[in-house]
Amino acid sequence: MKWLVLLAAALPAMAAPPIAGGGTLNMAIQGEPRSLDPHVAAEEPSELVAFLTHGVLIRVNRATQQPEAELAESWKASADGRTLTLTLRKGVRFSNGALLGAADVCYSLNRILDPALDAPNGDSLRGAAGKVGCVASGATVTLRFEKPLAAAERWMDGIAILASGSGAPEKAVLGPFTVESWQPGSHLILRKNPHYWRRDEAGRQLPYLDSIRLEIQRNRDIEVMRFERGELDLITNLAPDIFERLKAVKGGRALEVGASLDAEQLWFNQAPGAPIPEFKRAWFRSRQFRAAISQSIRRDDMVRIVYKGHATPAAGLVSPANLAWVNSAVKNVPPDPKAALALLRTDGFQLAGQVLRDRSGNAVEFTIITNAGNKSRERMASLIQQDLSAIGIKLRVVSLDFPSLIERITRSLDYEACLLGLIGADLDPNGQMNVWLSSAANHQWNPNQKSPATPWEAEIDQLMIQQASASSMAARKRAWDRVQAIVAEQAPFIYLIHPNTLVAVSSTVGGVRPVVMRPHLLWNAERLFINSRQAVTQSK
Amino acid sequence: MRHTVSLGRMVRSVCLFALALVYAAALGAGVLAPHPPTIQFREQIAAPPSAGFPLGTDELGRDRLSRLLHGCRVSLALAPAAAAFAVALGALLGGVAALSRGWIRAALSASSDLTLALPWFFLLVSLRAVLPMDLDPAASLAITFFLLGALGWAGPSKVIQAGVVQALQSDHVLAARARGAGFGRILMSHVAPALLPVASGQFVSMVPVFLIAEANLGLLGLGVSESTASLGNLLKELEPAAAFGPAFVLNSWWLLGAPLLLLIVTACLFCLSTKEVNS
Repeated sequence: MKWLVLLAAALPAMAAPPIAGGGTLNMAIQGEPRSLDPHVAAEEPSELVAFLTHGVLIRVNRATQQPEAELAESWKASADGRTLTLTLRKGVRFSNGALLGAADVCYSLNRILDPALDAPNGDSLRGAAGKVGCVASGATVTLRFEKPLAAAERWMDGIAILASGSGAPEKAVLGPFTVESWQPGSHLILRKNPHYWRRDEAGRQLPYLDSIRLEIQRNRDIEVMRFERGELDLITNLAPDIFERLKAVKGGRALEVGASLDAEQLWFNQAPGAPIPEFKRAWFRSRQFRAAISQSIRRDDMVRIVYKGHATPAAGLVSPANLAWVNSAVKNVPPDPKAALALLRTDGFQLAGQVLRDRSGNAVEFTIITNAGNKSRERMASLIQQDLSAIGIKLRVVSLDFPSLIERITRSLDYEACLLGLIGADLDPNGQMNVWLSSAANHQWNPNQKSPATPWEAEIDQLMIQQASASSMAARKRAWDRVQAIVAEQAPFIYLIHPNTLVAVSSTVGGVRPVVMRPHLLWNAERLFINSRQAVTQSK
Repeated sequence: MRHTVSLGRMVRSVCLFALALVYAAALGAGVLAPHPPTIQFREQIAAPPSAGFPLGTDELGRDRLSRLLHGCRVSLALAPAAAAFAVALGALLGGVAALSRGWIRAALSASSDLTLALPWFFLLVSLRAVLPMDLDPAASLAITFFLLGALGWAGPSKVIQAGVVQALQSDHVLAARARGAGFGRILMSHVAPALLPVASGQFVSMVPVFLIAEANLGLLGLGVSESTASLGNLLKELEPAAAFGPAFVLNSWWLLGAPLLLLIVTACLFCLSTKEVNS
């Protein structure tokens, strides 16, 4: 929050609206969109294009993190969480000029919920709400859920509204831009939607920009060079060393937004079927062992050395950037090797000379895998290696190419510990059901359990179901707070740091309000503008 | 001509002496290195050269000189071993191909063509992924070089096959046959000595290839684990040069000066030795 305030003070010029709109914004994306169908978008480039081109009934404001009316001018959720009634905004038109009707909403909802489409948001909604009925009546749409659905309005943020008779989803859109052209491997051009419904405070039609050019550029070094040459206007997710360099450039506008919603974490493989020695599985299942590892790691060194100060030590599973849901009672674990050793002794571990041994005399050593080529993770692993050697643990670090790593952590389960990052795209705890339920495939330390392996996992299961069906925000928060406390105590995931959101903005772009939620710089794309005076100066 | 030969010999002597110095430094890493190569001095991150750290420290605060010496030991010991293995395998299979007829020769020829066409990098990445996780870093490195050697036999095999065929058709072998010399004797006394310079040349030219291959794998984070010092891992520090440009080079000359220079010089020393052997 502090960072947001600082940024708001630092960017008065950027917030000034343009006298005349127009211009093209240039930006790079790190991969090819897999599809222009917003319902099947599952990776960042597709999600970005979907965000810029499609409209939703209710949008979570990326700055306030609160739901706001968009295509629906109002909504009402029933007390039992089984009904959501939405009233559509009048006179909204698709990019092809057709009027938005309640039938389009039901069409879109039924489409995304169709199991044959395999839409990620649709699958999650079906899992949480069971069968969903949609009734269209004039400008009113009523959604009925088989099971009580907490914060039903937030689910609407992930359901793009499509025209029922348009055929291809990209032909008729409700977002500020339309896809004008897509040159695979090169770029996409998004053109201003002439029928976009939103206007600014002065009554001017949005968006201000004529177009956005998204260059497909996988090499981040080239992206930075092109930004420095003025060929690109915005960069997100900067590495700390690049950020430091851009910050030092005179007139540079490298901005630090604060802790992101993402986390770097490590975990031990506790799966019963994993091909690891039984005595090691026993270590990994020991709460004292996991807590001692967590207590031995110097997160402040990771922040200082690996992230050059541009990260925040992680206390728990929710980033402090998630203002509504973080449990502020969960505190950071201060590094304390002596306390860690004392904790290990309570579970039969003993330090003999420089080597930690378990109660059977086995030397404590294990291998941690991480993805090759990720410099930050490899460095973090090296720091952990030295931290653990202080309590007599020998750590081997193995870097694997990403497909091999995913194969090991999801299918063969042939690994001991893993260091990886988690993208925090969803603020709401419902977005993490597929991690915290013991039956979930992404319950990484022991996935797909038929029944909870431990009492604390059973309690988490119960709390997650409870929060997903509770209608009051306070009840949901209480349940989610308890989950965070259990995770901090049991340490199935050892959270290390939250990287800070680092971005850079060309001085020619106005209206930018960087936020920690994705898309960090384009969430208010309809209000971005090219500062024509500066752009002319630069072109001269 | 005499001047050319004596100059060549002098160059070779200098190269061998310089190589010996490099190897001596690498082998004496345990004594010469001021610090253990993996110890992090966390208050001395990316420090410039000083009395305590003659080549400065890296981004985790590890002494660069110590890592360079230990990294050399690993890379300079294993690259020649891999080259020797590749040449021995190539000599065996090339020799068999030259002496055989019919499907054996065709099969060996097809195998060497296939090996030359293989995308060895992807093969190495895939093979590394199936190795046991609890493998010691030194063993992992040795296996990486073994695989490099095992994949490098095809080139020497082709050259040696051609050498054997040429030697068998030479006048002195015909003369030996006419005198009634047996096949074994011809091989040992006439063919093998003729192949020795060819095999030596192949060996010496493959060492820098394997040194650079390990550096390539290291640059991509797929060689040995980050904490183990090897030339490949040390060269990883140069990655930012692509993005940071000349300023990075000027501000960080001590980064570039050590591992890159050593790799280039060592590769050149091996290549110059090769020239002399071939001549």
